[in-house]
Amino acid sequence: MAQTHEDHREVDPVTGHDTTGHDWGGIKELNTPFPKIALVFLLLAFAYSVVAWILLPAWPTGRSHTRGLLGLDQGQEALAGYRELEAGRKAWMSRFDKPDFAALSADHALLAEAMPAAARLFQDNCAACHGSNAQGGPGFPALNSGHWLWGGDPATVAETITVGINSADPNTRVSQMPSFDWMAIADRQTVAEYVASLPSGKADQSSAGAKLFADNCASCHGEGGKGGLQTGAPTLTDQSFIYGQDVETELTTLAKGRQGQMPTWAARLSPEEINLLALYVSRLPETAAGADGRSAAAVP
Amino acid sequence: MRVSLTTNERQVAIGLSFALALMGLIMAAAARHGPMSVHGIMAMALGLGLVFRLGGVLYEDPPASPDRDGHYDDGPTRAGITMALIWGLIGMGVGVWVAALLYWPEATPPWAATSFGRLRPVHTTGVIFGFGGNALIATSFYVLQRTSRTRLADALSPWVVLIGFNLFCAWAVTGYLMGETQSKEYAEAEWYADLWLVLVWIVYFVLYIRTLARRAEPHIYVANWYYMAFILVVAMLHIVNNLALPVSLLGAKSFTIWSGVQDAMIQWWYGHNAVAFFLTSGFLGMLYYFLPVRSGRPIWSYRLSILSFWGITFFYIWVGSHHLHYTALPYWVQTLGMTFSVMLLVPSWASAGNALATLNGAWHKVRDDATLRFMFVAAVFYGLSTFEGSFLAIRPVNSLSHYTDWTIGHVHSGTLGWVAMIIFGAIYSLVPLLYGRETMAWPRAVEWHFWLAVSGTLIYVVSMWNAGITQGLMWRTYNPDGALAYSFLDSVRAMAPFYLLRTIGGALFLTGVVICTLNCRATMRSAGQRQDARDRPLAPQPAE
Repeated sequence: MAQTHEDHREVDPVTGHDTTGHDWGGIKELNTPFPKIALVFLLLAFAYSVVAWILLPAWPTGRSHTRGLLGLDQGQEALAGYRELEAGRKAWMSRFDKPDFAALSADHALLAEAMPAAARLFQDNCAACHGSNAQGGPGFPALNSGHWLWGGDPATVAETITVGINSADPNTRVSQMPSFDWMAIADRQTVAEYVASLPSGKADQSSAGAKLFADNCASCHGEGGKGGLQTGAPTLTDQSFIYGQDVETELTTLAKGRQGQMPTWAARLSPEEINLLALYVSRLPETAAGADGRSAAAVP
Repeated sequence: MRVSLTTNERQVAIGLSFALALMGLIMAAAARHGPMSVHGIMAMALGLGLVFRLGGVLYEDPPASPDRDGHYDDGPTRAGITMALIWGLIGMGVGVWVAALLYWPEATPPWAATSFGRLRPVHTTGVIFGFGGNALIATSFYVLQRTSRTRLADALSPWVVLIGFNLFCAWAVTGYLMGETQSKEYAEAEWYADLWLVLVWIVYFVLYIRTLARRAEPHIYVANWYYMAFILVVAMLHIVNNLALPVSLLGAKSFTIWSGVQDAMIQWWYGHNAVAFFLTSGFLGMLYYFLPVRSGRPIWSYRLSILSFWGITFFYIWVGSHHLHYTALPYWVQTLGMTFSVMLLVPSWASAGNALATLNGAWHKVRDDATLRFMFVAAVFYGLSTFEGSFLAIRPVNSLSHYTDWTIGHVHSGTLGWVAMIIFGAIYSLVPLLYGRETMAWPRAVEWHFWLAVSGTLIYVVSMWNAGITQGLMWRTYNPDGALAYSFLDSVRAMAPFYLLRTIGGALFLTGVVICTLNCRATMRSAGQRQDARDRPLAPQPAE
């Protein structure tokens, strides 16, 4: 065997090494000795691994595994990291554990620290629906316009965040716009045109639409559409709307009704965080004024 | 296909095509609606098309010449390269489009089929399986025959492999557009497509083994070890990860038999070894053949080849768990994945080093020949991305990089810089040889393609590094008062310039592929004598 190899061996002029004697359609291989450096690195990598195996949980042993000398547990580590951050926030966050919003609003030093954090909290939890500038969008009310459905004072906002609207919480706020599909289409068209003209302030109060509105809608939306805060029925005379106050959208609303939802945040946010957010949100109309959430929060 | 078959083989091929059409009809009839019926109709159309194409020439075209066995069977390789280029255009075109959507999401058309979530797997399947897979199959047939000095064991099964594999790819991507998915990354195709691929893969494996057994060379060349590892391990990964229970045999939907953290572990054992054995082993086989042939240099160290092969094959199997650091996966599994990932670097760099050292004595060719330069850059990026991979697998590093675009950057430094570059090197080497020309039709265009590919890759990878590190840092930065310094939305807004750059880098790369495809087309159209005079004569075949 070795003899046949010897017969084919040749020396590569560039490297000075022998070939192995193999030849595949012109491809040859050099018999270059195993480079020591590769072995050194392999041993180094193995040594690193052995150290890691000794220090960390590593090899399975039947139903258990080696624990490692450091005794690390990733669940405990994660919890410890979280507790450390909690401790860092506690200094100012604990001030929000009671909903004493008058006192909190008066403490400008506290607000300067807390409002930027509240802005991030808003971006991470609320902006997906209410918009990154709290400007709202189709189906989701604006929070920066000063037009509130349930009330804009911090205590009310905190309650809304806690229980949600049409949510799974037993104390949820409930608000439903029923379907008016039983109403004649011509009548729906008439009342929709009247409602669409309300924000201009020039609605004809003697029209057939006004009469239909008084008979069917005013019980919730208030006389002349001025709103019924108690039931969460929106004011129809201002410039704000949730779904749209054009005739076409209103016809959809009338035909199918509306049951918008806001989830309860009691399980996800702490009471302190809810109070912090409530204060932040209630201040949005005065601080936002067209600016985005971040710069809004910078104004104490 | 037709000219290389004997009359008898044509008859068998017609029978197989008819069986395929029948299977498609049964699928379509059983499912009645939904993706599975569309796929049944696709299979039926393909089967009938093949029946007509073969039937039309059954007795008209002269059968394969009697001296067929004295030549290599390169028809499947030619077809495979064409399919690789077509899939490359589809996969990378969709890739650039979805990259643009990330910068400009408002451009998403209002149809479910064109939503980001459905198009993204079209990109990954299109490039990995369509482009990469066809290139692997095509080159494996070529390399297997040359290094074994024997013709493929039979004339039909290479076509079964090639056509069957492409049907799988077509089923997969059209399924995604219709909303069909197993929700397993790189294994999205549903159960019947997976079963079909198992069949195709068994034919591939048997063909490879039979041909290798007939080799006229005393030794098996390194490239074949790698191709074999690719075929064998991908079969194992594919079968285990795709074990699933169909909701009904009459519909596309199935549920995996794995659950919870075991499902996650099996998925990333599959996912990472798809990177290892699909995107690395097979392409190392390609590198080990085309680099020495193009540079005219012997492989620098046979001994290092052995270390690399067994090191890569042994270590890679362990490392999938590094995709699940800091998750519900037990800590000890993470530690093992991390340490084996670090050890894996040594055989990976041994391969890259062996390739680069092979170029000693041929550096003037690297300078002058863009085709060889593609392979050189591939080896460099192979070294870079394997280093990066081992680095990212270290747990504390991963806590910064995980879930960020750094991962995307890492994957593309491997796939654009290493996998695609070695494919281009192989294509530019093969296409002139297979179509009887001295050079590509437009040699200067190869140079253009090279610089477009390199600059596109660099722009892509550097922008994603920056994007990923920016994201990772923004997510973990807290103010001294313990509050997060940035909202998640801030980190999304910060991505805009990087996503724009990524789209530009991808578009440059795609432009190169368009040039490559046109160049190959021009070369194929001006084909000369298809027998390569440089091939050594085949050893006489044993009588069967």
